[in-house]
Amino acid sequence: MNIVVPIKQIPNLTDELEINGDGTGLDHDALQYVLNEFDEHAIEEAVLAKEAAGGTVTVIGVDTTGELDGALHTALAKGADKAARITGDFPRGTDSHTQAKLLANAIRSLSPDLVLTGVQAADDRDGQIGPMIAAHLGLPYVGVVTGVAVKDGKAIVHKEYAGGLMGEFEVSLPMVVGVQAAHQPPRYAPVSKVRQIAKTAKIDEIAGDEAAGAGSTVRRMFKPEAAGHAEMWEGGPEEVAEKIAALIKEKGLLKG
Amino acid sequence: MAVGLDKVRPDKVTEEKHLVVEGMDISGHWNRMFEQRVIWDYDVDNLEKVTNLPGGESLGWCYGCAKCTAVCPIDIVGDYSPRKIHRKTQIGVDLFTSSDLWLCTTCMNCLRVCPKEVNMIQIMPAVREQAVLTGAVPPELQKAFEDTAKHGNPLGQPQRKRADWAKAAGVPVPIMKDLKRAVDILWYVGSYPAYHPRGMDAARAAARIFNALGIDFGILGIEEKDDGDSQRLAGEKGLFEMLAEQNIAAFGKYEFNRMVVTGPHEFNAFKNEYPKYGADFKVAHYTRFLVEHLDKLRPMLKKPINLKVTFHDPCYLGRHNGEYEAPRELLRAIPGIELVEMGRCRENGYCCGGGGGGMWLDSFTKEHTTMRLSERRVREAAEYGAEVLAVCCPFEVSRFEDAAKSTGNDKLIVRDILELLDESMKE
Repeated sequence: MNIVVPIKQIPNLTDELEINGDGTGLDHDALQYVLNEFDEHAIEEAVLAKEAAGGTVTVIGVDTTGELDGALHTALAKGADKAARITGDFPRGTDSHTQAKLLANAIRSLSPDLVLTGVQAADDRDGQIGPMIAAHLGLPYVGVVTGVAVKDGKAIVHKEYAGGLMGEFEVSLPMVVGVQAAHQPPRYAPVSKVRQIAKTAKIDEIAGDEAAGAGSTVRRMFKPEAAGHAEMWEGGPEEVAEKIAALIKEKGLLKG
Repeated sequence: MAVGLDKVRPDKVTEEKHLVVEGMDISGHWNRMFEQRVIWDYDVDNLEKVTNLPGGESLGWCYGCAKCTAVCPIDIVGDYSPRKIHRKTQIGVDLFTSSDLWLCTTCMNCLRVCPKEVNMIQIMPAVREQAVLTGAVPPELQKAFEDTAKHGNPLGQPQRKRADWAKAAGVPVPIMKDLKRAVDILWYVGSYPAYHPRGMDAARAAARIFNALGIDFGILGIEEKDDGDSQRLAGEKGLFEMLAEQNIAAFGKYEFNRMVVTGPHEFNAFKNEYPKYGADFKVAHYTRFLVEHLDKLRPMLKKPINLKVTFHDPCYLGRHNGEYEAPRELLRAIPGIELVEMGRCRENGYCCGGGGGGMWLDSFTKEHTTMRLSERRVREAAEYGAEVLAVCCPFEVSRFEDAAKSTGNDKLIVRDILELLDESMKE
């Protein structure tokens, strides 16, 4: 079974986020980039699927940071077999439409049985990379998946719905899955192992073609602005209770 | 294996009903004295798995005297010691998969008394590294590794906030990047003083003391990363090497005469381990550094602290690096303090449980011991009538404060020596 995991790097959300000078996006150069957490789950689910049903796992990404190799080495240390990097003039924060197009073109030549990618990423939150790869490749897509089992050319996937509901789908391969969570927490790749692999691993290079253009443009990005204010009431419980009751009446929140 | 002796197979031995050897009648069932001793029948595979590793060799030198068992802090709250680990390899226990692998805090009390120099400080990291490579790591320790790898500190806090503690210090804490000049002292703050709420208290106290003494110092701020030594001892050597490279590169950007560190683990790392990776600078733990300034510091210690204080020797300051006096000199300089020693002090000081990765194995260790080492220690402090447990390792304040609460010794005050000095300097 040929499993392909498209990944992307996103700003590290534990750092302070900076807005760029235009006020239209993040100041990418001031940010640390890390692997998208949902993609970490996709890698884990891929390695678990390989361990259960055999096959190879290829991890692939668009190198928007010049630091993608670190993420690829880590994936190899976790059990992926091959790694590929899509190169070209694609800066940090390259939109999801462009990344999906580049990934789909590269993945097509890999003839995958199963494509596992993170259901969304914290940078654009549009959750589009998975569905768009599926659309470009003409493959079925199921997102918000928390477990994949492969048997006899078919995948049984568990999809999460709101309100704690779960759905189970049987899908013919090949297909694309948007992983919400692997059915086990992502394993840790010891730095000792990553460093060993970094010395020997071969990463395939695939030249990317043109940017596809974003599906949407951000007109303005800004940090949350404080609106209104809170008024602090002091006094004993009865006094404060009277004030609350008076306010409720004043605002017309009481029926009748 | 025994050298030069072929094993005698009992089925090849003829049993004599009556036998007199050199005038001694040894008739009777064939005496086990004439057979190979049972010990030679042990499977040595488990032992050799350890002794074949670089660093693991000395476990094979154990001759079972059990001196280590008498001083091992884990044995006091459990069933553990290097001798027991050696013995268990003979009866089928594989250290690589045993819970024993994660209990040692590398406190070094065993090595201090071992006539054979069985060195757990080398054995444990060597075996743990193999376990780490295969992913067989307790989850809480793995999380600390991941957080350190991702964020540069085991608490999982943002790297960008590494110097935020300084805002509330009330005194200037210059950051090297902004200073743009050489300093006398580069102060390596460390992860727990930078991020843990109680660690920050000590860091702020240190900043105030350094300012009062007129020390020309700077910190690295967001360019500083965890020293990684405890992660190394817990088996993640690659992570340690990565951090050492990053830190050494950061240190190399600036000129300073000497480094002062808040924590004993960092002291051990920079003094004994970083030089192997090319670091070349002088380093002092803050206790020794402040003792050097005691003539100037002493007159500032005006406010008496009229309490009975006992001191917990950090393993990595005392046993590992031979410093027992400096912390005590500082405590004695504070007016009003009555210093009492606990039974387990100095060379035989008890371990708080935080070293060698123990800081991140609290739940795991709790499952395999009757109580936390920190809980045993605060009980000892209380037994000696101490009102204050003084420490000088950033791992210890939170460990002992939690332990004081969980053992019902809430009245025991846990303070870093920095905090006590700072308190005594207040008007």
